[in-house]
Amino acid sequence: MSELTIENLSAAYRDRTVLCDVSLAVGSGQVLGLIGPNGAGKTTLLRAISGALVPTAGSIRLGDTNLLRLRATERARRVAVVPQGAHLPEGFTVAEVVLLGRTPHLPRFGGEGAHDREIARQAMVRAAIWELRDRWVGELSGGERQRVLIARALAQEPQVLLLDEATAHLDLKHQTATLDMARRLARSGLIVIAALHDLNLAALYADRLALLCAGRLLTCDTPSRVLTPELLRRAYDVDVVVGSHPLYHTPLVALVAEDDAWQGDQR
Amino acid sequence: MRTIRLRDVEAHAPPRLFGRRVSGWVAPRRQPALLAVALLIVAAIALLSVAVGSVFIPPSVTLKILLSRLLPLRIAPDWPAAFEQILIEIRLPRVALVALTGAALACSGTAYQGLFRNPLADPYLIGVASGAGLGAMVAITLPVTQPLLVPSCAFVGAVLTIALVYALARVGGSTPVTTLLLAGVAVGTLATAFSTFLLLRLSQQATRVLAFLLGGYGGAGWESVLAVLPFSTLGCALLYLYARPLTLLLFDVEQARQLGVDVERVTLIVIIAATLTTAAAVAFSGLIGFVGLIVPHMGRLLVGADQRRLLPLSTLGGAGFLLLADLLARTVIAPEELPLGVVTAFVGAPFFLWLLRRARRAAFF
Repeated sequence: MSELTIENLSAAYRDRTVLCDVSLAVGSGQVLGLIGPNGAGKTTLLRAISGALVPTAGSIRLGDTNLLRLRATERARRVAVVPQGAHLPEGFTVAEVVLLGRTPHLPRFGGEGAHDREIARQAMVRAAIWELRDRWVGELSGGERQRVLIARALAQEPQVLLLDEATAHLDLKHQTATLDMARRLARSGLIVIAALHDLNLAALYADRLALLCAGRLLTCDTPSRVLTPELLRRAYDVDVVVGSHPLYHTPLVALVAEDDAWQGDQR
Repeated sequence: MRTIRLRDVEAHAPPRLFGRRVSGWVAPRRQPALLAVALLIVAAIALLSVAVGSVFIPPSVTLKILLSRLLPLRIAPDWPAAFEQILIEIRLPRVALVALTGAALACSGTAYQGLFRNPLADPYLIGVASGAGLGAMVAITLPVTQPLLVPSCAFVGAVLTIALVYALARVGGSTPVTTLLLAGVAVGTLATAFSTFLLLRLSQQATRVLAFLLGGYGGAGWESVLAVLPFSTLGCALLYLYARPLTLLLFDVEQARQLGVDVERVTLIVIIAATLTTAAAVAFSGLIGFVGLIVPHMGRLLVGADQRRLLPLSTLGGAGFLLLADLLARTVIAPEELPLGVVTAFVGAPFFLWLLRRARRAAFF
C-alpha cells in the first residue's frame, strides 16, 4: 500500500509553461479525478507521471521510489496508462494485445512464459473481455477496445493506473462501465488517476477531485467541496448551479445558459 | 440485441475478399505448422529452380549429387560429370544468392513497414537504392576490373547514404519517422541526380549500368554468396531479436514508450540492421523492387501483424517469391534472361491494383 506524492511539479513545452508548482498526493484504494478546462494541464500531468514528459522542476514519488529517476522499463512496471481513443493496429487478437502489456516484466530478448500468460488471463477476466480473447481487435466496438486497453494496462501489474480522458468518445453505457471498473480496481489496491471531462461523472466516481486551471492546481478535495459555483466559475468561466444527485447525493452540476432571454422562449 | 452502426462497420471492418475475412487468415495456434509448410515449399521451389536451365537436371539427380557431396556415403555416380559441375558451380550458388536476396529484401521490408507504420514502406524507402546505384556507378567509372569492386562500392554507397539520412533526420534527441522519410527522399534524389550525370558520361558502358539497375544474377558464384551471407544473416538475426519492440512500435510511439520501449535505440538498430541486409542484397543483385513491399503484405494476410511471427514467414516468403520470379525470368524468353527487376515489376503492378481495391474499404493498420 503506497502513496503517490507529487511535489512542486512544473513542466513546460519549449518555453511555454504548462504546469506550475502542482502538489498533490493520492493513496492506494483511491480514485483521483483530474478536472479542468482544455489546456489546464490534465494530460500534461498524466504524461509527467507516466514518463512521457520530463518535468522542469519538482518530484514525483511512489512510496519511497523517485519515479523521475527510473528507466522506462522500471517505470512501466509501476505506472500504466490507458490512453484516449488509442490506435490499435489491425492484425492483432485481443489476447496478443493484452500479452504485450507484459513487456516491462520480460527479459530483453525473452518470450512470454506460463506466468505471463496467467497474468494476462487474469487481466482479461478483470476487464471482462476474456470471452473476446481470440477476436481480432479491428472487429471490436469502441467500448470493447477500451476494455482491451484497460486489460493491457492491468497486465503490466502496475501500482498506479492513469486514465486519460478514457471515456470521452464512448457511449453513456461504456462510460459508466469503464469508470465502475476503475473504481473497483482502485478498491482492490491500485492508485487510479483519471482525467475527466464530464463533471457529473467525476462527482460520481472520484473520491477526490483535483481542479486544474491554466497549469495551476486550484484545489484538491472531495467532490462536494470542489464542485461549487465559485470554483467552477474561476476555472471554467461559466455559471453553474450545483444540486444533489437524487440517488447518491453526490454533487450534480447543471449548466446555466449564457443568454437568459432564451429561457423565456422555452416556456 | 446489439445494433451495429454503419460507422462502426466501415471504420473497423476487416478487409474481405470474396466474403472471407482476409487479414490474419491463419489462426495463431496453427502458425508454427504454417512456417514448416512454407519451408518445404521454398525447398521444393529451390529444387525446381536448380533443375531448370540450358540443361535439365532432374530433381532426383540433384538430391543424389548433394547427398554424395554432403554425407560420407559412396554413391556410384550414374550421372554425367557435367551435371555435377553445372549444379555445384553455377546453379546452386545462383539459387542460393536469389534465395538470400529475396529473404533479405522481404525481411527488411517487413521491418520498415513496421517502423514506419506504413504499408507502402519498402527497403528502398530511405535511399538505400539510390546510394547503392551511385556506388555501383562510381565503381563502373573506375578503370579497375575486379569482380567484387562493383558490389563493394554499391554496399558502401548504400551504407553511407543511410548514415547521412539518419544524421540529417535527428531532431534534438529523437528521430521521428517523418523526418527520416523526408531526409531519405532528399538524399536519395541527390544520389540519383549524381548517378544520372555519371550515366550520361558512361554511355559506352550503358549496358553494364543498366544490368545493375534492372537487377539480375548473370555471373553469380560462390564468392558472391559468401560475401552476402554474413551481412544478410546478421541483419535478419538482429531484426528478429528486436521483433517485440518493433511490434510495440506498430501502436503509436507514445504507447510503446509507456510500455518501456527505448524508441530511439530501437529505431537506430532497426535501421542499421535493415540497411546491412538490404545493402548486401542490392550490391549483388542490383535493384529488384516490390519484393520488400509485396511479401510482407502477403505474410500479414496469413499471420497478422505481430513481427515475431511475420518476420520469419516474410523471410521465407521472400526467398520463395524471388526464386519463382527468377525461374520465370530464365524460362519466359529462354535462352535469354529477363532482368529480375522487370519480372517483379510485372507482378507489382497488379498487386498495387489489388491494394487499391482493398484500400477503398478498410484501413491497413
